[in-house]
Amino acid sequence: MADHSHDNSHGHPENPIKYYIGVFTLLLVMTGLTVFVAQYDLEKHWGPLNAIVALSIAVIKAMAVIMIFMHVRWSSRLTQLIVVSAAFWLLIMLSFTISDYFTRGGWPIGLGKY
Amino acid sequence: MASEGIIRSEGRKNYLNAATTVKSWLLTLDHKRIGLLYLFAISFFFALGGIYATLIRLELVTPEGDLLTPEMYNRVFTMHGVTMIFFFLIPSIPAVLGNFCLPLMLGAKDVAFPKLNLMSWYVFMIGGSMMLYTMLSGGIDTGWTFYPPYSSIYSNSQVTIAGVSIFITGFSSILTGLNFMVTIHTMRAPGLTWFRLPLFVWAHYATSLIMVLGTPVIAITVLALAFERTLQIGIFDPKLGGDPVLFQHMFWFYSHPAVYIMILPSMGVISELIATMTRKRIFGYNFVAFSSLAIAVFGFLVWGHHMFTTSQSMYTGMVFSLISYAVAIPSAIKTFNWTATIYKGSVSFDTPMIYALAFLGLFTIGGMTGLFLAALGLDVHLQDTYFVVAHFHYVMVGSAVIGFLGGLHYWWPKITGRMYSEALGRISAIIIFVGFNLTFFPQFVLGQLGMPRRYHAYVPEYQVLHVLSSAGASILAIGFILPVFYLAWSLMYGEKAGANPWMAAGLEWQTPSPPPTENFTYQPVVTHEPYEFEQVPEIKQAREAELLRA
Amino acid sequence: MAEHATHIEGLAHHFVSMEQQKEAGMIGMWLFLVTEVMFFGGLFLAYTIYRTIYPEGFLYGSHLLNVTLGGTNTVVLIVSSLTMAMGVYYSQKGEPKKVMGFLTLTLILGLVFLVIKYFEYASKIHDKLFPAMGWYNPETTGAHGVPLNLQQPVRVFLWIYFLMTGLHAVHMIVGAGILITLILMTRKGKFTKNYNSPVEISGLYWHFVDIVWIFLFPLLYLTGYHLSVGGH
Repeated sequence: MADHSHDNSHGHPENPIKYYIGVFTLLLVMTGLTVFVAQYDLEKHWGPLNAIVALSIAVIKAMAVIMIFMHVRWSSRLTQLIVVSAAFWLLIMLSFTISDYFTRGGWPIGLGKY
Repeated sequence: MASEGIIRSEGRKNYLNAATTVKSWLLTLDHKRIGLLYLFAISFFFALGGIYATLIRLELVTPEGDLLTPEMYNRVFTMHGVTMIFFFLIPSIPAVLGNFCLPLMLGAKDVAFPKLNLMSWYVFMIGGSMMLYTMLSGGIDTGWTFYPPYSSIYSNSQVTIAGVSIFITGFSSILTGLNFMVTIHTMRAPGLTWFRLPLFVWAHYATSLIMVLGTPVIAITVLALAFERTLQIGIFDPKLGGDPVLFQHMFWFYSHPAVYIMILPSMGVISELIATMTRKRIFGYNFVAFSSLAIAVFGFLVWGHHMFTTSQSMYTGMVFSLISYAVAIPSAIKTFNWTATIYKGSVSFDTPMIYALAFLGLFTIGGMTGLFLAALGLDVHLQDTYFVVAHFHYVMVGSAVIGFLGGLHYWWPKITGRMYSEALGRISAIIIFVGFNLTFFPQFVLGQLGMPRRYHAYVPEYQVLHVLSSAGASILAIGFILPVFYLAWSLMYGEKAGANPWMAAGLEWQTPSPPPTENFTYQPVVTHEPYEFEQVPEIKQAREAELLRA
Repeated sequence: MAEHATHIEGLAHHFVSMEQQKEAGMIGMWLFLVTEVMFFGGLFLAYTIYRTIYPEGFLYGSHLLNVTLGGTNTVVLIVSSLTMAMGVYYSQKGEPKKVMGFLTLTLILGLVFLVIKYFEYASKIHDKLFPAMGWYNPETTGAHGVPLNLQQPVRVFLWIYFLMTGLHAVHMIVGAGILITLILMTRKGKFTKNYNSPVEISGLYWHFVDIVWIFLFPLLYLTGYHLSVGGH
């Protein structure tokens, strides 16, 4: 295979420890944030806001772990494509199935009786 | 350089005689041997599935349910489906022909993870043994689709064990797919770029995508069902707040792409057969390659078309229906390209070509009848009738199995170093074609007339069609049994095959038949496009010889 | 003629170079993680659907969980991810003593997680909040402030909780096994600057299990947190 030592796609950065500490701090802060925000019922303001905020924070944390701890930031295009595909396929499964439950009672949003 | 390796295989060391102990087979890391181990295993399950099919067709000769009790019939058709789908069709081409040919086609010494490859066979055998135990202790009667709440609450059969068996067998599939993907990405010979790959490899890459992305979902589904049945958790039980349709969503999310696992490798085989047997480059190579990927991706977006007649939202149904029509397009593209390849090609009607031609016709019918079912309105009439049964047998047997048999004959000389009897091969192929159509075409009519599937008794008006179908099944059975005999016979008495008996392009033909354990005695380097028959050494030699004579 | 490469320590015979072997191993692990995403994904799907249908049930069900323990576990796993990453780093630097130290720390943190999980499960089962075989006790859920009409939806929440965290715990146990194997291999001096990919590949698995928990914690524990500010 071609020599890749000149680019950073052989999977790991030269001096990662500062990145690791940074991500570690970010993860702790985000965890604290999500617990803090969860005290408040945001759904009083708008329907799915609780879930949206919680999931957004979780996605940020996950991306930090993926990019830095799992070295995807420095990985080959193929690895990055694999990561994106996994998320994409999960979203396919979730979104199409949710669309079924959300439209059983009508279009565009009708939950039906439960 | 290539011709050094091509010597007649008199007593030469190859992967078959490299070691002859049982241990050397059961602990082999050689992908070729693992392919053969799989061949024995799936042939066994094919025979079992065939016995179940025989019972079904015998029962259906008469309108009354006189051969089997209703409960017994339920078990028979369920086990027929489970055995054929999970233990024959899904592994068949990838685990046998894929395992054998992929590293050879890539110019590699083995797959990326040989130990995982062996493990996948053992996982398959463990799952298969569990299913065998299920069969011997009465089987299951839920239909191969395992729908709750019948399967989770009311069925008195071995659902839990069957579910665990499928869970385990799924890992065999995952490991194979993973292995293939990594092998294709990282172990191609120098010069073998993606667009120089044989279309068989593209097809297997697409299949592996599906195996990796889809199989885990059936795993969790079946696991959830097992928990539901043993612990009464309430996942799919309406009395406890669950939704049975959720099971169907999860089940079909895998099981629809699964049908593409069954057909894509067969399409890959057909590409190889048609190219070699017409001595022509596949027309529209890029289109065929990309259509494999398109089928793999789009195949994940259509699963709801199995659920049109459930409480699934009508609007979601419309989306699934539309995309189901779209997914037919790549398949059609392939069919047109294969046909265009044959046009003005130099066609030789050897056994593999007969299978390929059969595939073209039968797949067209099977694919098109799928479109009937993809229309929401029509599906209301046709769902759960014999129309569906006929449709999927046309694509599963008429296309996937025919592709498997064609590929088995085509690579038989490479695998065994022997040629089979061409006369018997052609006769069997034709018997299979005739028997198959006689069995399953009447079933389209039956379904349209309203005969429900999974019924052991029916109104007398349907009997003529059922008798035709059963008669066809007996012919089909003969067609399937014949190859067992003449292929086995060829192992001992067949004409010894050279490295490239078909004058085919492709790296697997540039090594002796049977290949040495390490596949190549030289490092293959690829310098030309795929299916460039003018570059095949045997063809070049033949041409030179002709010129000398002239 | 086949090249007779000099035997390179750790290079399998069917690979042409260490680079090829390492690339194959990494892509193989990533593909395996894709299968894990889809595997857990089925349960996330069930969660999503049932939360959509039973929003209040999930509120009260989540309220039954112990946020302090869940939060502690979250922090435990975050720290273990850091120690794992450090272990991988030092394996690439060829410093086996540090590798052993960090891998052992990771293992200990993983075991802490499992112990806390055990206590959580034990308390739930003791309260008969286990939704199987008729164990589920409406009287107990009532005592926790769950209205009568939400008994069944709360039951749905509970089995989702047990299935998802149970599956996650199984993956943690496998991860612990992998770590033990790695520690033993490091002790035997198997890893060098040139051959250390098993550590990195195992690191990927460990981080993945951490990511699953990153999603499980807010979805399961924090959904009903605002019902009682400060948790219990």
